[in-house]
Amino acid sequence: MRGHVLRAFIKKEFLHIFRDYRTLIVLFGMPIIQVILFGYAITTELRGIKIGVWDMSRDQKSIQLINNVTSSGFFTKVHEVSSSSQVESSFQKGDVKAFLVFPADFESRFQRGDGSIQIISDASDPNTANIVTNQLSSIIQRWAQEEGGMPTQKIGIETEVRMHYNPEMKSVFLFVPGVITIILMLVSAMLTSIAIAKEKEMGNMEILLVSPLKSTTVVIGKIIPYLVLSLFNAAIILSIGYIVFGVPIKGNMFLLFFECLLFIMVSLSLGVLISTKVESQQMALMLSLFALMMPTILLSGFIFPISSMPWPLQWISHVMPPKYFIIIIKSIMLKGVGISVVWKETMVLLIMALVFIGLSVKNYKSRLQ
Amino acid sequence: MRRLPFILKKEFIQIFRNKAMLPIIFVVPIIQLLILVNAADFEIKNILIDISDADKSAESRSLISRFEQSPYFTVSHLGENYASNIERLDKWESDAILTIPKNFSSDLKLNMRTKLRLDVDGIDGQKANITYFYVANIVQGVYLEILKKAPKSALLKIPKPIDIKPRYWYNPELEYKNLMVPGLLAVLVTMVGMFLSSMNIVREKEIGTIEQLNVTPITKAEFIIGKLFPFWLISMFELAFGLFIGKLIFDIPIIGSLILLFSFTAVYLLVMQGLGLLISTFTQTQQQAMFISWFFLVIFILMGGLFTPIENMPLWAQKITWFNPVSYFIEVLRLVLLKGSGFQDIAKYFGIVGFMAILVNAIAMFNYKKRAA
Repeated sequence: MRGHVLRAFIKKEFLHIFRDYRTLIVLFGMPIIQVILFGYAITTELRGIKIGVWDMSRDQKSIQLINNVTSSGFFTKVHEVSSSSQVESSFQKGDVKAFLVFPADFESRFQRGDGSIQIISDASDPNTANIVTNQLSSIIQRWAQEEGGMPTQKIGIETEVRMHYNPEMKSVFLFVPGVITIILMLVSAMLTSIAIAKEKEMGNMEILLVSPLKSTTVVIGKIIPYLVLSLFNAAIILSIGYIVFGVPIKGNMFLLFFECLLFIMVSLSLGVLISTKVESQQMALMLSLFALMMPTILLSGFIFPISSMPWPLQWISHVMPPKYFIIIIKSIMLKGVGISVVWKETMVLLIMALVFIGLSVKNYKSRLQ
Repeated sequence: MRRLPFILKKEFIQIFRNKAMLPIIFVVPIIQLLILVNAADFEIKNILIDISDADKSAESRSLISRFEQSPYFTVSHLGENYASNIERLDKWESDAILTIPKNFSSDLKLNMRTKLRLDVDGIDGQKANITYFYVANIVQGVYLEILKKAPKSALLKIPKPIDIKPRYWYNPELEYKNLMVPGLLAVLVTMVGMFLSSMNIVREKEIGTIEQLNVTPITKAEFIIGKLFPFWLISMFELAFGLFIGKLIFDIPIIGSLILLFSFTAVYLLVMQGLGLLISTFTQTQQQAMFISWFFLVIFILMGGLFTPIENMPLWAQKITWFNPVSYFIEVLRLVLLKGSGFQDIAKYFGIVGFMAILVNAIAMFNYKKRAA
């Protein structure tokens, strides 16, 4: 009898979901578009940075060096100025990121071994300013060595570097796991919290409560359809990552599937927990958005490495489920390792799921009394 | 328009009646600001580097001690078994492994080329790159030191490097928070503006009260203004509040004119609210409205140039950002707050965003009328 009831309840939920084709389109269209867009667009790799030049010497060497810098592909020269106020005004328009400033007697000083160059960067975006300055410096120094007749790398210490797991250092290797995590987290948590809050807001919850359905049946019935949808989503994102961007899945597919399932469970139960606390869809949305969206993006190690954060934030990141999932998914997909490496993270997620489910059932029950 | 004040009063009462709404609108974003500003820092610190030294010479020890003194690295020492060392990368126990071979110092003395091996976890390409950059710097420093001690005749002529003087304008200390406080404020203000507006209207549809409003003498314009204006005001207030907190706690620079900034924000919010209104015209439930808003917001925010510069994107993606109002808002915040740009510098953005506001709201109004008829 109970299995029969549960099946009917799940069927009802699926009907609710499929009836609303707008949400469905967004639900499946969104991850696809986002992965493709972000796979291409979100990149920390430098290219085509616009720079300006303030060349007070205009001699052969400075022109040669400017050509050298622009032919690297990282930089394009868009401006030539002749005063400090022009530098200022083009920064204020936001046209260029940095200026190369050559002193009046660059060539002769360079030949005396006394060459100097100023790099003025627009540090209102400090990260870009830093990378641009480093990149420009290394191009300039390499040029100076070649010009000065350095017997390149005949002697000296060579650091032979090997980039493991991501030899071409593509940003997309970092972002595909991140985007999967964000989408699974937000879709699962937001969807369930809003779906249940909707029943409350419409007053249907009271009807469900007086029906012979057990509270666990209601909760499970609400969760399972979204679990299935989220798994579909995960599969789609992984396939796009593999087909379009060549992000490999080196590890065990079953383990990956199981971990996705576990993480979706965590997110869904978090969604249920949120929904037990709120009375309206608006509240559910605001909570899952403000409490989940930005922290998921910023504190999970998706864009900013956790190890570089101040310790109180590293501490907070320990309670963020996405952090563990990102480690797990990177380990399995990119490093090709198994459960022996990620068992700790898996345990944490398991415990989180149990705690969230326990709290939700408790909150839900207290409503009945 | 005599009715408008009453409609506004009703809307404000409805918003503030919900006791949980106030903390969500004001407290949560500020807490987020306080916490997240510290998280968003690209400076790479605490790199876990493992060093395996098979040479055990004075030179290799001086190399290792430089790593130990560096603020960027946390060093652990490993044995000489390369295969088992590399496994530590698999287990996330280290970010990079430096292997010093047995003949390191003897090769150096013979004026030969000597090799170090660096194995880096490359998943985070940027971190890996910076790690390599730091390592190469330290190694170069050691090499130059060794050269200085060596007899002159034994050495080939090394060309002097160019003296490069970096100047970081507008932010000489490269404080990341100077960018992140305004940036996160932009995100928060945008979220409040767009989400709440779209949901507020759809809510009337969903619970059916829109039919009641339709049969009252309230005009469409009054209805829409009544729905949007409260959140416009709240968003403006939120920006002011956030800037105040940012100034108070993080001491962010406010160089340009605040009047200019707020006038831009006023126009910008019309775009975001117009989008919210537009979304509300073709959705039936709050869930749909929220999902569609969320879809656009994530794209707007991640492609807004705050976390990764727009210049890094491929050209077609840069063209997409032309249609991204958030990217203009973030840019203007940065220009006005950090660089003190004046109206002439940002007139272009005023024009674009003003045009967007008119366009979006016109489409939304048109769409809205058709539905109601």
